Amino acid sequence: MATDTLSNHEGHAHGHDHHDDHHDTAGTKVFGFWVYLMSDLVIFGSLFATYAVLLRGTAGGPSGADIFELPLILISTFLLLVSSFTYGMAVLAMNADRVNQVKAWLAVTFLLGAGFIGLELYEFQHLIHLGFGPDRSAFLSAFFTLVGTHGLHVIFGLIWILVMLVQLQQKGLTEMTRPRIMCLSLFWHFLDIVWICVFSFVYLMGVL
Amino acid sequence: MFGKLSLEAIPTHDPIIMTTITAIVIGGLALVAAITYFKKWGYLWSEWITSIDHKKLGIMYFLVALVMLLRGFADAIMMRSQLAMASAGAEGFLPPSHYDQIFTAHGVIMIFFVAMPMVIGLMNLVVPLQIGARDVAFPFLNNLSFWLFVAGVVLVNVSLFAGEFAKTGWLAYAPLSGLDYSPGVGVDYWIWALQISGIGTTLTGINFFVTILKMRTKGMTLFRMPIFTWTSLCANVLIIASFPILTATIALLTLDRYLGMHFFTNDFGGNMMMYVNLIWAWGHPEVYILILPAFGVFSEVISTFARKRLFGYGTMVWATVAITILSFIVWLHHFFTMGAGANVNAFFGIMTMIIAIPTGVKIFNWLFTMFRGRLEFTSPVLWTLGFIITFTLGGMTGVMLAVPAANFVLHNSLFVIAHFHNVIIGGVVFGMLAGLTFWFPKAFGFTLDEKWGKRSFWCWIIGFYMAFMPLYVLAFFGAVRRMQSYENGDWQPLMIVAWVGALIIAAGIACTVIQFIVSIRDRKKNQDVTGDPWGGRTLEWSTSSPAPFYNFAHLPEVNDIDGFWDQKQRNGGEAPLSKPPYQDIHMPKNTWEGPIIALFATVAGFALVWHIWWLAIVGGVATFATFMARVFREDVDYYVPAAEVERIEREHQQRVEMQA
Repeated sequence: MATDTLSNHEGHAHGHDHHDDHHDTAGTKVFGFWVYLMSDLVIFGSLFATYAVLLRGTAGGPSGADIFELPLILISTFLLLVSSFTYGMAVLAMNADRVNQVKAWLAVTFLLGAGFIGLELYEFQHLIHLGFGPDRSAFLSAFFTLVGTHGLHVIFGLIWILVMLVQLQQKGLTEMTRPRIMCLSLFWHFLDIVWICVFSFVYLMGVL
Repeated sequence: MFGKLSLEAIPTHDPIIMTTITAIVIGGLALVAAITYFKKWGYLWSEWITSIDHKKLGIMYFLVALVMLLRGFADAIMMRSQLAMASAGAEGFLPPSHYDQIFTAHGVIMIFFVAMPMVIGLMNLVVPLQIGARDVAFPFLNNLSFWLFVAGVVLVNVSLFAGEFAKTGWLAYAPLSGLDYSPGVGVDYWIWALQISGIGTTLTGINFFVTILKMRTKGMTLFRMPIFTWTSLCANVLIIASFPILTATIALLTLDRYLGMHFFTNDFGGNMMMYVNLIWAWGHPEVYILILPAFGVFSEVISTFARKRLFGYGTMVWATVAITILSFIVWLHHFFTMGAGANVNAFFGIMTMIIAIPTGVKIFNWLFTMFRGRLEFTSPVLWTLGFIITFTLGGMTGVMLAVPAANFVLHNSLFVIAHFHNVIIGGVVFGMLAGLTFWFPKAFGFTLDEKWGKRSFWCWIIGFYMAFMPLYVLAFFGAVRRMQSYENGDWQPLMIVAWVGALIIAAGIACTVIQFIVSIRDRKKNQDVTGDPWGGRTLEWSTSSPAPFYNFAHLPEVNDIDGFWDQKQRNGGEAPLSKPPYQDIHMPKNTWEGPIIALFATVAGFALVWHIWWLAIVGGVATFATFMARVFREDVDYYVPAAEVERIEREHQQRVEMQA
């Protein structure tokens, strides 16, 4: 791709049905969204690095091994992984132009994501209730912030799914909604990948 | 109801601040009255505030930057005056608490609200034109980025009226910036001003990265891109990769301050050196975000006015790329004294010195471009020559600082201050002023007055050397940075020399202001009808000045590195004019959502500074709702009819013929 010259060619002499000098072509949008995701990844990278540095800063409070409940985390991990699968089904349905199926799969994805958030909120509430809130130690600050930032992203994704459901209802699959479904797809799978890192580096390595 | 905010927040006890506030309020009211009297609100709203035209956004970035330059420079002159007076036990006129706010504000303003908007403004004005595009990839985001930047500017300036600004230095090192040592709202202003404008910068980075990769015109391969576009591309890569670190770091500091967390506190397991590492992991790439586009400006200026293709285009590109990569693995040289050990320090010291190699390559490229060229000594060329000498000196003191052993002596001394002003003034400021002079006619259709431009240059360069060379010397006598007064009376003569230097720089700034006034007065005489006042080499000079809002009637095709120069050569030395038939042109529509989102973000930021939680929620919800309005809007673009394009093009061609 590096040395290609792209999309911005002139050469249509008739009508508005050509879109080759569009500013917001679908391809450009999706590419831009990829770039955004990479920048978001740097935020997570910074948080992972901070977590690694502060891991031993427990200040007499609990360490990961003391507080992580793996069975619960396993359930929420599977909720999120399955939601990525169902989102993939939504994209396949979009490619087949089946708008109702898209909506159905999005709704399923939403429920799975909401379940994940519910479990995370339960975990946080439980820890705070035990007196192990984010102000207890640097380790807990880093833990809550890393996991919570991922959670905030998922909540944002859930809101985005709702917006897309409304837009699909209003407009159907159009030149406007299709790239958005694709970007949301990237976003959702991206959060899955980040979560696998959280699961491995925070929870699994924490209890080992 | 109003959180921590009360009438006591207004610093009525300080005559300096109150005078400033009065002047700003009177000036602001006069401006508002004038706009109302001349009935210009509608024009401002529809032509500027809601504009998605990258050229207008570029102009607005520069305008705000120049205003903030005055504010930042006022801080500078106060600091120099204080140090010229506060010798041998004298207290000067600024108490420490005020002085500390001033040096913090000076640094923050000059980097974030002067240098950054100048660089981004120039990118806006020039890059789409240089790659033969009609706009950026995401025009709405471009408008939003600008207004988020303005939100940061507003918050920094509001801190003057209500409360205080940070007293921590421009990077707000923890734990000094933590709640224990900075309980006031100063650091909170710092946090929200940088966080909001930083998000705008990240969006700009993504926008221009995609624009450059996806919207180049026919025939413009990566290795035919103008050097300014190349350096902008690399600067945007740096923005994308580094600004998220700043976002994360500030967010962590925010959590420490607002939710009592312990990332960077002394106690409960916090690690303040993590803050310093994170902030410099962003901060070092940041200085290259500023300097790389300046390198691009000098390259364009030197090859245009030497009437030669840039010497070593390929090596220039690879040197830029090398600097881009290296800039991420040198951050620790800002704190060799942390105690990371000899091996770590040696690694970062060596990596830092290696950066001097690609930079040296660039210096030789510029020198050899001038060699046997027909150099015209216009003011952009003067800025470039001044840069080559000054920046080389600054680079060498940088290599000195890169030696860890020497750094242990020089750390935190005035040597560091002298060094980075040496490279930032000699590099970024000179570069931006050269770029301003060079591309001003493209933005406005007339050239800037040369006489006042050259006067500005001589004031700046003489003033710079007088203001900062003494600081190198003073450092060896033990003078440290951020000091409000000093016991050793022997330092005073050199401090006074530095103060005189600052006054000469002030004269340079005044020359620039006069230059604008004179140039606007003489705009008929200095009119540039052809769109190509300098005998330019790249595509931005192939369209009229000011460029039509669609930039190019027909998207150009390039076959060479200096695409427009090549076109002229094939056309017998004349710039080819556009010919009918024209086609409808697809363009984005203006947006009201950008400025409104930024307005609500400003409100939310202010509320968060003062812990006015209900207002913060209202501001946040309103921001989100406005964004949703944008998300649901469908009429975001339109077609300019071919007849309209033809009319505009014909008008331009008639003007060219009339002049000929």
